[in-house]
Amino acid sequence: MSNPGLVSSSQKSTFAAVEDVEVRGHIIDSLILPKVLDGITAAGGEFTIKDVAIGHDRSDPSFARIEVRAASEEALQAIIAQIADHGAVAVHGGDARLVEADMDGAFPEGFYSTTNQRTEIRLGGHWIEVGDQEMDCGVIVDDRSITCRCLPMTEVKRGMKVVVGHVGTRVFPLERQEQGHAFGFMNSAVSTEKPKGVVIREIARQLFENRRDAKKSLLVGGPAIVHTGSGPLVCELLRDGYLHKLFAGNALATHDIEQSLFGTSLGVNLNEGTSVDAGHEHHLRSINRIRRAGSIAAAVEAGTLRSGIMYECIKNGVQFHLSGSIRDDGPLPDVVTDALECQRIMRSMVKDVSFCLMVATTLHSVAVGNLLPAVVKVVCVDINPSTVIKLNDRGSFQTVGLVTDVEPFLRALVAEVRKLEQQAGA
Amino acid sequence: MSSPRILMCPPTHYGIHYEINPWMNTERQADHPLAQEQWRALRGHLVAAGATIEELAPVDGLPDLVFTANAAMVFGRKAVISHFKHPQRQGEEEHFRRWLAADGFEALETPNQFSFEGAGDALFCGDTLFAGYRQRSDALGHQQIGEMLGIRVLPLELIDSYYYHLDTCFCPLTADSAIYFPGAFDDYGQRVLAANVPTLIAVEEEEARSFACNAVVVGRTVVTNVGCPHLHEQLRNAGFTPVETPLGEFVKAGGSAKCLTLRLEGEDAAVWANSTQC
Repeated sequence: MSNPGLVSSSQKSTFAAVEDVEVRGHIIDSLILPKVLDGITAAGGEFTIKDVAIGHDRSDPSFARIEVRAASEEALQAIIAQIADHGAVAVHGGDARLVEADMDGAFPEGFYSTTNQRTEIRLGGHWIEVGDQEMDCGVIVDDRSITCRCLPMTEVKRGMKVVVGHVGTRVFPLERQEQGHAFGFMNSAVSTEKPKGVVIREIARQLFENRRDAKKSLLVGGPAIVHTGSGPLVCELLRDGYLHKLFAGNALATHDIEQSLFGTSLGVNLNEGTSVDAGHEHHLRSINRIRRAGSIAAAVEAGTLRSGIMYECIKNGVQFHLSGSIRDDGPLPDVVTDALECQRIMRSMVKDVSFCLMVATTLHSVAVGNLLPAVVKVVCVDINPSTVIKLNDRGSFQTVGLVTDVEPFLRALVAEVRKLEQQAGA
Repeated sequence: MSSPRILMCPPTHYGIHYEINPWMNTERQADHPLAQEQWRALRGHLVAAGATIEELAPVDGLPDLVFTANAAMVFGRKAVISHFKHPQRQGEEEHFRRWLAADGFEALETPNQFSFEGAGDALFCGDTLFAGYRQRSDALGHQQIGEMLGIRVLPLELIDSYYYHLDTCFCPLTADSAIYFPGAFDDYGQRVLAANVPTLIAVEEEEARSFACNAVVVGRTVVTNVGCPHLHEQLRNAGFTPVETPLGEFVKAGGSAKCLTLRLEGEDAAVWANSTQC
């Protein structure tokens, strides 16, 4: 018989220290199981019985796997020492196994493949938090500083110590309640029929609080932001300090600059919605003008570029990164065309990000989702629900999706931010 | 009724040479001639009750070798050899192992170096092994012995350091009855005993201090230290023949009648005793 999650001492918890223990034998008749559980709660801990198997006859031993949670590592170890006297033993009894990388650019076989959830590695009997948490990486250990961190396989160097296997590793799944902290009103990943006003109000609150608390918000944006005429709305958020970083491709930057220089996006006048004569040339002429200046920053400096999203980034010190793609025209001189270099840059830029807003860009959203630890709150806004579904399918399960047109979304978002400012002012 | 065979070790080198339980005090030394006399008297009572006594040769430097109950846990012709918690007694292990193997027992080692002190902490009542833990034996070791032998083990936590072995506070009389001192167990242990032993005779504290529970049962004869009149009355009422014999010199080391004996065959309270399977 197996019944995971059968009993829990409490449903609410944000406990700092967690360990799985096993207890076996005639634990029901001997009252060892209730005694162990009572011991955990009496010592201020909490438990969840994750698995239990009851013996069929008198000689059959029973078995239970119990997750023990405590407020601190010290408290946890005290509880585990106490229940160990009754025969309960920690499942992860050993240290993580380390194997030296035998070549650059690849892990040893059997390497521990990471998730985006908070992870710890046991070294010398102590649990060490894994740094730079990111999915689809390995974990390397620095012996001297006794630290460990996630590293993509392309970055591994021969001689690095790599965690192999699952012994001495543990993952702390993001609890539903924690996810619900910011977006408690959402209980499905993709919202097509939910009241959008409520969702947008929550996003505005997140941006507002991040600015107030000196935390960093990241915008991952697609060119539709410009096509739909919502560039000025993003500019407002950039000017007012709500967005601290921007990830985009050549397209968003080029369309934005084209609009600034020629008043068109891909030759379409955004104010009138009409095609302009020879407007298709504006796109390449814009890129060419920036290339002649040397960079977007140089074009702003020279007075060539005087408005738009990229202009506001330069003027307001917002860090931006433009990733190249195979179909890029030009591209702009700021576009980084080496895909692995792009990953490295984005990886370093997301380290201090606590909120990410993805707007109308499928592949870029998935790419950034892969780099983010699960603790970073993500909102993905797209007219196409499959973008959000794709993000969830690839492991960025913490993403909250909003299926809507970009321009009305950004308009409502700016309005909500303004309301919060008024409330704060009052 | 089977004829019990019991292992004893003469107290030639017995004395209080160290202190590993609250009863021991090296300044309160045993009277050596008196101890020898008490041991011989116990042996005589057991023989009179129908037991056959086997003797283990005493060893200089191992004063507690007399407490043969701690040699091993016997299960049919298998013997799980003890691994003593205190280094002072670990030297006994090899002697017990050698004797039991020479007697034809299949000697099994305690799994994973867990502390385990044999029949001092592991007593059958019916088909269940009751196992004392925390003071001298590890609960996890009991579980693994249970799995190794395919038997039901009910661990009982011993909460009073004066009752550091299960056989100082619990003694099966038959497959469904036992004497015990409730104060040596926590609430869980008392509930486990109440639920699994149909007839329990409680010993009062003063008599428990005289090692009333540390009794040797041979058929209907129950041999104890002196100073347990109330228990003896209860035993008589239950159809047993209680016998008292002074064992005060061994109480100084924390042992009494039961501690001085290891049942090799004919454990009446264990239902496997007459089984050919084990």
